[in-house]
Amino acid sequence: MKILSIGDLEAVMGRAAGRLQLREQGDRNADGRCCGLESGTGHMQVLICGGTGCKASSSHLICGKIKELLEEKGFSDRVDVVTTGCFGFCEKGPVVKIIPDNTFYTQVKPEDAVEIVEEHIVGGRRVERLLYLDPKSGQHVSDSKHMDFYRKQKRVALRNCGFIDPENIEEYIARDGYMALAHSLLDRTPEEVIEEVKRSGLRGRGGGGFPTGVKWEFARKSVSDIKYVVCNADEGDPGAFMDRSIMEGDPHSIVEAMAICGYSIGSSKGLVYIRAEYPLAIHRLQTAIAQAREYGLLGENILGTGFSFDIEIRYGAGAFVCGEETALIHSMEGKRGEPTMKPPFPAESGYLGKPTNVNNVETFANIPVILTRGADWFASIGTEKSKGTKVFALAGKINNVGLIEVPMGTTLREVIYEIGGGIKGGKKFKAVQTGGPSGGCLTEKHLDIPIDFDSLLAEGSMMGSGGMIVMDEDDCMVSVARFYLDFTVEESCGKCTPCRIGNKRLLETLNKITEGRGTEDDLKTLSTLGKVIKDTALCGLGQTSPNPVLSTLNNFYDEYLEHVRDHKCRARQCKALLTYVIDSKLCIGCHLCARNCPAEAIIGDVRKPHVIIPDKCIRCGMCMARCKFKAISVY
Amino acid sequence: MPAGKHRKNMEEKQITLQIDHHFVTVPQGTTILDAAQKIGIDIPTLCHIDLKGTCIRNNPASCRICVVEIEGRRNLAPACATRCAQDMVVRTSTLRVMNARKIVAELILSDHPNECLTCPKAGDCELQNLALRFNIREMPFNGGELSQRKREVTASIVRNMDKCIFCRRCESVCNEVQTVGALGAIRRGFNTTIAPAFDKMMSESECTYCGQCVAVCPVGALTERDHTNRLVEDLADPEKVVIVQTAPAVRAAIGEEFGLPAGTLVTGKMVAALRELGFDYVFDTDFAADLTVMEEGAEMLDRLTRYLGGDRTVRLPILTSCCPAWVNFFEHQFPDMLDIPSTARSPQQMFGSIAKTWWAEKMGIPREKLVVVSIMPCLAKKYECDRDEFKTDGNPDVDYSLTTRELARLIKRANISFTLLPDMDFDQPLGASTGAGVIFGATGGVMEAALRTVYELYTGKTLKSVNFQNVRGMDGVRRASVDLDGFELKVGIAHGLGNARHLLEDIRHGRNEYHAIEIMACPGGCIGGGGQPLHHGHSEVLYARANALYKEDAGKTLRKSHENPYIRQLYSEFLGKPLSGTAEHLLHTHYFNKSI
Repeated sequence: MKILSIGDLEAVMGRAAGRLQLREQGDRNADGRCCGLESGTGHMQVLICGGTGCKASSSHLICGKIKELLEEKGFSDRVDVVTTGCFGFCEKGPVVKIIPDNTFYTQVKPEDAVEIVEEHIVGGRRVERLLYLDPKSGQHVSDSKHMDFYRKQKRVALRNCGFIDPENIEEYIARDGYMALAHSLLDRTPEEVIEEVKRSGLRGRGGGGFPTGVKWEFARKSVSDIKYVVCNADEGDPGAFMDRSIMEGDPHSIVEAMAICGYSIGSSKGLVYIRAEYPLAIHRLQTAIAQAREYGLLGENILGTGFSFDIEIRYGAGAFVCGEETALIHSMEGKRGEPTMKPPFPAESGYLGKPTNVNNVETFANIPVILTRGADWFASIGTEKSKGTKVFALAGKINNVGLIEVPMGTTLREVIYEIGGGIKGGKKFKAVQTGGPSGGCLTEKHLDIPIDFDSLLAEGSMMGSGGMIVMDEDDCMVSVARFYLDFTVEESCGKCTPCRIGNKRLLETLNKITEGRGTEDDLKTLSTLGKVIKDTALCGLGQTSPNPVLSTLNNFYDEYLEHVRDHKCRARQCKALLTYVIDSKLCIGCHLCARNCPAEAIIGDVRKPHVIIPDKCIRCGMCMARCKFKAISVY
Repeated sequence: MPAGKHRKNMEEKQITLQIDHHFVTVPQGTTILDAAQKIGIDIPTLCHIDLKGTCIRNNPASCRICVVEIEGRRNLAPACATRCAQDMVVRTSTLRVMNARKIVAELILSDHPNECLTCPKAGDCELQNLALRFNIREMPFNGGELSQRKREVTASIVRNMDKCIFCRRCESVCNEVQTVGALGAIRRGFNTTIAPAFDKMMSESECTYCGQCVAVCPVGALTERDHTNRLVEDLADPEKVVIVQTAPAVRAAIGEEFGLPAGTLVTGKMVAALRELGFDYVFDTDFAADLTVMEEGAEMLDRLTRYLGGDRTVRLPILTSCCPAWVNFFEHQFPDMLDIPSTARSPQQMFGSIAKTWWAEKMGIPREKLVVVSIMPCLAKKYECDRDEFKTDGNPDVDYSLTTRELARLIKRANISFTLLPDMDFDQPLGASTGAGVIFGATGGVMEAALRTVYELYTGKTLKSVNFQNVRGMDGVRRASVDLDGFELKVGIAHGLGNARHLLEDIRHGRNEYHAIEIMACPGGCIGGGGQPLHHGHSEVLYARANALYKEDAGKTLRKSHENPYIRQLYSEFLGKPLSGTAEHLLHTHYFNKSI
């Protein structure tokens, strides 16, 4: 059906509201009691995470199985099984949520489906073993809102992820979806929409942090016969999946926001640049675009206002640098994906030389809710200069790996220790890397700084697109810097000298250090060269690529010094710097280690203490693993 | 507002800024590099090239050698691509800038083979000059990986991409100026290289061998195929008679290699040097240029007469065919239009063909003992010598071709004091030429030469003024009409293959307005050829060379090809008349579909 007016939109909203009401009520009112069809609950819903992570753990099989069982038992009409987007708690996926009692099952396997259906859905008894176990209290927690992981979060951009069926436009509409577009088209001038976005204080979530409303204003002011709205979905930071999750979990928010942007800047053509390695996100977006067209929310003469807008998907081959807006535009034009000098900015001369507004997925996801709930509401969240919330992909040595969204200004400590549940295995926190390969490593002393654009930058790191990787005492900071630089060298487009050759030389120097051939002069080289690369590289990638090196040099200089002066790696990550020794007091001369040594580096007579010949030792650790008497140690 | 008007308004707005404490006022849109140059501050550059007045421009802002400090800006800015702004404060010589430039240069050197001693570009290498200018005495970043890239030796061009510094000049010229598209960046990061698509060989690509990539390469990555050693061997062989022909553009440029100002005509000294080197006869390609006018002019008249006589099967316009890179271009890119260009061979090949038949017979020299060498401003000529259709039983009409640069190197190697040489004359009969033959070396020259002859042959009247000013100049595409006794002959001139493509596409789509078109592959014509002394981005060099040719023309008594007495002799003794059977056999050719 075509939606032609606000009335039509409200009608659709009403139609789908029932399905959503159950979830919303469950979310608000669940009191810990368990519901079941036999114990009198009339209607139930099963939400199953259909994000890439959970899908990889067979969540689609769980879904199929549950549906099959319900069919067999004849309960299909009383229980809706809904595939949603990501719940965020990927560490504990696949996640299955039962409505209305809001039970949050974690790490569900397809074979658990029978128990969930028979015990819980039919019998009204929770499956205790599938509930989240709070590590602090040792108690099972059934409702996600009582979990530490969720308690401090505020889901704005992720508002619909894990809540609605992303492939059902009506569920999106029931959550006020497309209302922002309708009100913009019908009640506001483009300038008023831009003003609202400006007032909200929203800044670009792709890394740059440029005020979104100002960017729109530039594009609006450019005079041209045709303009473009581009959604930058070329998410490429290692370990980051914010944008992917939004597109998988709430694709309509992107479609709606792009249309609003189109109206604001005077464009009728939207392009989503997405990497082809995100097949599920592509599928969900395609579905959303098709549905929006079917409902008349994309296409010609939207809501009878004369405004036309449509969206096309463009696929990227996954080059990291294509996340840089000029490179992205060149890639869409069929040219080599490499950046060019700004100015001219895309707002003046972008795709095919026409004014183009490029925004990141998460930025767009914030737009509809800013317009429906108001700039003031949005601006009330966050800090003075960084408004709203930010989504982070929490990864590394942390208990609760997953996707989180917190108000700007939340401290790193809150994120790592409360939401993230602290360091895995009770180890000691060492550093947190924010901002992806362009970001820096922050330490213990930075844990209480508020997370916002400016604070992170001031400490030598950056917000980036939202990657957050936690490291513990077992991580070698030189190796960490090496890892990120290896990524940048691989992903450099090769256009400018500092990035093409400079980063390569930086990486070679880091290799030298981790392989035990480094000198104190090399540390100087790292610092000098790193600073010149930052100072001279052409695009954002090159200008930030030395950050991991410079920030670790700054914050962990002692560790670097140990590598080059003492030839030691305290984290025991740099193999070349390790020494394996046999404690002659503990060795009984069983010869097991010598027999297992692939390099024949261990000698000794039977029943007499053995010795490792350092020159022959290849530091594989086999001897240590095999020794039954703990006689072998490494330092 | 129309684009042109808009631009004009922009240009009118002047802005004032400060560079190294000097105030300078420039039109809005000026780069810091140009503004600095205006007040005599020379900011070092490497990837940047802007051959003003032509379409040759490369401005990727990628080498980062020209970085400068701008007050209030976080990082350094490339002067070549950063536009001046009102009240901007620029510093081009701070310690920060010095340090950054030096490190960037050292980085480039760290991925560049240390082969300067034997590199063909040594002494003329822009990277070498920078190393000198920055006082680089150590290579702190050396010892790391060197990017491994292909080497290739084609008939014309030698690619040694290990030396490539990725300035992208060749890519810009090949794609944007020439629209050939044979070279582009492939792979990424440290492994990036410039190569034909899929890293194929240049010889398997659409390359026309125009050599403009070689002309702009700042280092030794792209150079000409060198035949100097081969020539020395032949000169030393007592069994061989070695003769040489020199193209018109060579005499206007080779003096630059010996410290003479651009545009110094050194025809006589060049002849003397060639004799000194040991050539048995020193001839002039200009003779063959006069011959080309005779043949091409006759073909043009024939097509025109038939066309005006109502024959609608005649293909017009007729296109010149003396530029071998242009011939390669249309064989690759416009194979559906092979019947449009004139069938006349290039002057180089006409010379070889006549030298190895008429002249050799007259002199009693057997073909296998005769070595015909050409000195050309061109790289495509090397490839042209190699074409099978210009060989008799495997023996090429022109054995091989040397560039202006190679000849200069050979003269230096032979320890000939070029500037002290007396002026000498070409040998006869193949050294005689008219002014029409001389101007072949500049864009528009072939058309002007042809017009002088066609006018007189068509109208039967004597031309009052032989100077056709409106076909001269440096505009990429020029048009002119000439009154041939009531018939308005419309001619077009294009130089640079990108400009040629526009005209060809118009013709392909039936939007032709011309009867005849002259096309030269290189900007400026042969004077800007890929084998000429390097211009290093100074376009005034090209203008000076063109002026020199027009000066030589003006100084000649005979200025129309058909007045060349030896050409008359050649026709009366041997060829009969233009387009005769013998002429068709020896002086005309056919074209091939080479589309990939």
